Amino acid sequence: MSLDTQTRPTAEPQQVPAPSPTFRLFRSRASRRRSTVALVRVLLIVVWLASWELAARTVIDPFYYSMPSQIWDRLVDWFTEGTSMGSIWSNMAVTLEEAVLGFVIGTFAGVVLGIVLGRARFLSDVLAPFIKGANAIPRIVLASLFVIWFGLGMSSKVATAFVLVFFAVFFNSFQGAREVDKVLVDNARILGASRWAMMRTVILPSATSWILASMHVAFGFALIGAIVGEFTGADQGLGLLINHAQGNFDAAGIYAGMLIVTVLALGAEWLITRLEQRLTSWRPPSGSELARDL
Amino acid sequence: MTDITSRRDPHAPGVPGVPAISLRGATKRFATKDGSAFTAIRDVTLDVAPGEFVAVVGPTGCGKSTTLSLVSGLEPASVGTVEVAGQPVEGIPDGVGYMFQADAVLPWKNVLDNVALGLRYRGLRRADAEARARDWINRVGLGGFEDRYPHQLSGGMRKRVAMAQTLITEPTVLLLDEPFGALDVQTRELMQDELLTLWSGSGAACVFVTHDLTEAISLADRVVVMTAGPATVKDVVTVDLPRPRRVEEIRLTPEFIQLYKRIWDSLREEVEITRARGASRVA
Repeated sequence: MSLDTQTRPTAEPQQVPAPSPTFRLFRSRASRRRSTVALVRVLLIVVWLASWELAARTVIDPFYYSMPSQIWDRLVDWFTEGTSMGSIWSNMAVTLEEAVLGFVIGTFAGVVLGIVLGRARFLSDVLAPFIKGANAIPRIVLASLFVIWFGLGMSSKVATAFVLVFFAVFFNSFQGAREVDKVLVDNARILGASRWAMMRTVILPSATSWILASMHVAFGFALIGAIVGEFTGADQGLGLLINHAQGNFDAAGIYAGMLIVTVLALGAEWLITRLEQRLTSWRPPSGSELARDL
Repeated sequence: MTDITSRRDPHAPGVPGVPAISLRGATKRFATKDGSAFTAIRDVTLDVAPGEFVAVVGPTGCGKSTTLSLVSGLEPASVGTVEVAGQPVEGIPDGVGYMFQADAVLPWKNVLDNVALGLRYRGLRRADAEARARDWINRVGLGGFEDRYPHQLSGGMRKRVAMAQTLITEPTVLLLDEPFGALDVQTRELMQDELLTLWSGSGAACVFVTHDLTEAISLADRVVVMTAGPATVKDVVTVDLPRPRRVEEIRLTPEFIQLYKRIWDSLREEVEITRARGASRVA
């Protein structure tokens, strides 16, 4: 098996759309390459985990660095016996709810404000320095303030997630609203579009690819916001669990918490990618997408 | 000045005796980035009767398109008056249609939704708008392509969508800004014929901006020659070729060639001025 990606001319090019021998050969070559890639990936993970495990059993101290088997045991323990903070599922649900709420509210506010300011030049000129200033604040510190304002419950985490998400989405939708093709706007004006119809049918769809691009980053921010919020002060959630593990010098617990958060983030990323594909189905497939389809 | 009543199409909409478009001493200045004023057109006076087809020719970049912006209400005139159907232009006047040089169809809407767009903006119910859109899609020869997105169509087909999108609103004033400039020669001639066919029944006053003299003479009742920028009207030539016309055939007739020579004589000077400026800028 080789990683050779070049496709050598194996036969005369054929115009037949049905699977021709050439095409089948090409496809089998492509699928073989895909499975090779997957195999090498799995191999990398196995080598990494095995060397960690081996090192922890011989050279390094597993008390500080933990090891894969301990992390696995901790995960099994959490999912079967529950954690010190109650059921793992309810902790996951709390963190996820905080992140999703912060994400949804932050995205909505970011899109609305971004688009309005993107189309209202006077307003954006007035507000520009304030927005830049607000963006320069190390917003993660606000988590402490929010705990004082909103208490240990869910709302302080939602607020932290919100401020992180809002700016990421805001700047992109602002840019997206600014970069709408003038001809499209003029054409819609001539065709009789009202302000609201213009927003809905021209500005918003045009800014969609900008907004969607920011949403990938924004959900990561929402999770960070929720977890940092829980670090700062909470009665439930994955952040609290990780913080608790830290307090107990439980490295395996920190890793286990990290792993769960990573899986949640990947799941959300997958959902956002699906949403992106649905919303941008009108676009011609880009070069990279075409390449992937091979 | 043109005698409006004699040229008037008896079936044309609008008020009798009132020109569909009337520009009086219209001047347009833009502020440039360094704060100085750039004059795109100066002192343009022109009447277009209802149902009349006027082509505007001039050297590249002389400000022909600015004239259309003023008539459509996209840009206000700096000096002078602009009237559509006897009413001063403030905002987009009723009954104006505009075909742009660049692709202006919405890339995220399919052909059907794009064509129905103007009617939907005007508050028509979806079912009614779509029924009329389907009819227009067939008239521009795109039947069967209703569900396609613009990127799935050829340049000529996208122009057909734009044409249906503009004509479905039944404009009484139709402004065309080099709409076929980006097309290959064969497609362009086909589209010119198509436009003449669709326009002939509509009675709309047409202003067609182009730098292609052949296109101008084949389509128009009158050809307006603009000077090098800042543009103003230099010459107006009446094209008395019979209608209906077939653009591929009409351009071979002696009358056509004579008109071509007559207008080119007038246009050549301006083109040369523009070229000389371009050359001095390069040098």
